[in-house]
Amino acid sequence: MAGDSLTGSRIRERRLMLGLRQADLARDVGISASYLNLIEHNRRRIGGKLLVTLANVLGVEPSILTDGVEATLVASLREAAAEARTPAVEIDRVDEFAGRFPGWAEVLAETHGRIGALERTVRSLSDRLTHDPHLAASLHEVLSTAAAIRSTAGILAEPGELEAEWRDRFHRNLDEDAQRLADSSRALVRFLDDSDQGAERRGIPQEEVEAFFTARGFYFAELEAGERSAQQIADAASELDSRAARKLAAAALADYETDAREMPLAILQEALGRCGVAPDVLAREFGVDLHRMLRRLAVIPEEVLGRPAGLVICDASGSILFRKPVAGFSLPRFGASCPLWPLFTALSQPGRPIRRRVHQQGRAARDSACFAISWTAEPPIFDHDPVLRAAMLILPSQLPDEPVPEDSRPVGASCRICVRRGCAARREPSILRDADGAEHAQM
Amino acid sequence: MAGRVVLIEDEANIAEAIRFLLSREGWQVKVHADGSDALAVIEAEAPDLVILDLMLPGKSGMEIIREIREVEAMAHLPVLMLTARGQLKDREMAERAGVTRFMTKPFSNTEVLTAVRDLNAQAQQGMPSVSSICDAG
Repeated sequence: MAGDSLTGSRIRERRLMLGLRQADLARDVGISASYLNLIEHNRRRIGGKLLVTLANVLGVEPSILTDGVEATLVASLREAAAEARTPAVEIDRVDEFAGRFPGWAEVLAETHGRIGALERTVRSLSDRLTHDPHLAASLHEVLSTAAAIRSTAGILAEPGELEAEWRDRFHRNLDEDAQRLADSSRALVRFLDDSDQGAERRGIPQEEVEAFFTARGFYFAELEAGERSAQQIADAASELDSRAARKLAAAALADYETDAREMPLAILQEALGRCGVAPDVLAREFGVDLHRMLRRLAVIPEEVLGRPAGLVICDASGSILFRKPVAGFSLPRFGASCPLWPLFTALSQPGRPIRRRVHQQGRAARDSACFAISWTAEPPIFDHDPVLRAAMLILPSQLPDEPVPEDSRPVGASCRICVRRGCAARREPSILRDADGAEHAQM
Repeated sequence: MAGRVVLIEDEANIAEAIRFLLSREGWQVKVHADGSDALAVIEAEAPDLVILDLMLPGKSGMEIIREIREVEAMAHLPVLMLTARGQLKDREMAERAGVTRFMTKPFSNTEVLTAVRDLNAQAQQGMPSVSSICDAG
């Protein structure tokens, strides 16, 4: 069973979550603390009665300790709880819920995702109706012209004779306004048709782009081989519904195309063999900017890099522009992220490469090596503030059971589902409970 | 008794139709299409009633109504606002700014004439405007 080797880690995580000392748990289940320590570090396999006893004391199903629960499912359930209006009193039992009722948990997570997409659609449409100057202008034009036609036609339709001069003038006006109304109505229909094809139906364009990249595994063999252009791939992508998403995808693919041309896969693979995953060394060797090497390393096949990799790119406001999720480091959707990420440290120190080991808390979170740098998106111009971007390559540890190194810094995913206490960077209280069962109400 | 009306409206054909309707009822109608100097025109004409479009070049109808209400002599001048924006929040904002009556496009000629007659009659009787009722509340 794939999960067997992690049973000890799950016991340890559950114990820490409950705030139990190793010695206390060992006493409760009738074994020595040193033996429990070996179990928790996966150096002793357990099963049978001891596993059942441990599960009972820890308040979970034994299968959750042996099989674990899929991390993304748990993260989705936590997000669902975070956004629920009712207090999530049982959030500390989310693993148990997902483990005992995996089908229902999937339904809940999927429903939550769909609600989120629909809410974004509503917000997007509402914003558009309220703030879109083109829509406001189109509607104003249609209604004003209709008002002119209605008034003029009303006068012409009145019984009795109208002076010839006025009658001719109103006929001319009516003809002009009818033409205007036809034009403005067509313009409005065109605008609404475009909107219907737009991102509003599926949420923000970045999510559409991410779904497209995810479906392709973030790897485009035809670009690597130079067989098709970025624009051709974006134009042919049936997953990209909206014009905005196609534009964003084309830009991201164009970056990919350039990177693939200047850092060909075969040569990069050879360089990785010589230098290891050392982005700065590799960037110098290929004569490219460091952020481009980070971007390239994140999308090459896992077997070439030798390990899974994630990527986040943001702008100067901290808004995430592009993300490639990776197991072991939770990336929130395109919303607010943890400000402690090295990505944001890089943003505050333009041009300075930042290398950090970080770890997130919770199940399946691993120590990760992060490489980040920010750069100016345009050439410098006098009297113009630079437009900054930052990128972070994430390389989670391949040995999830390893103890977290001392130099690894704790970070979160986003405040609402982060249990770190006393965090100076916290923006809002967490909805999770700490090890003592108390809610994190502190800022 | 009809008097003087200043009509601030940049849609020429709407302005012409309204001017025709009101002139036929004996009103002297001054039409002006630009918002930026609308207050000066209103002050110069000293009208009995103002018909004001919301979306105007130069300055919006909302800004103009605020300026009108800052002039003591025009604190109770009846102002009928015409607009293509008929949301409740637009209406409330207009009333807070001091508009006496709010009418959304496309309106009928009867609606405009009825509104003008009502506002004139109220002004003749010295009744306070809608905005002053709101302020008193």
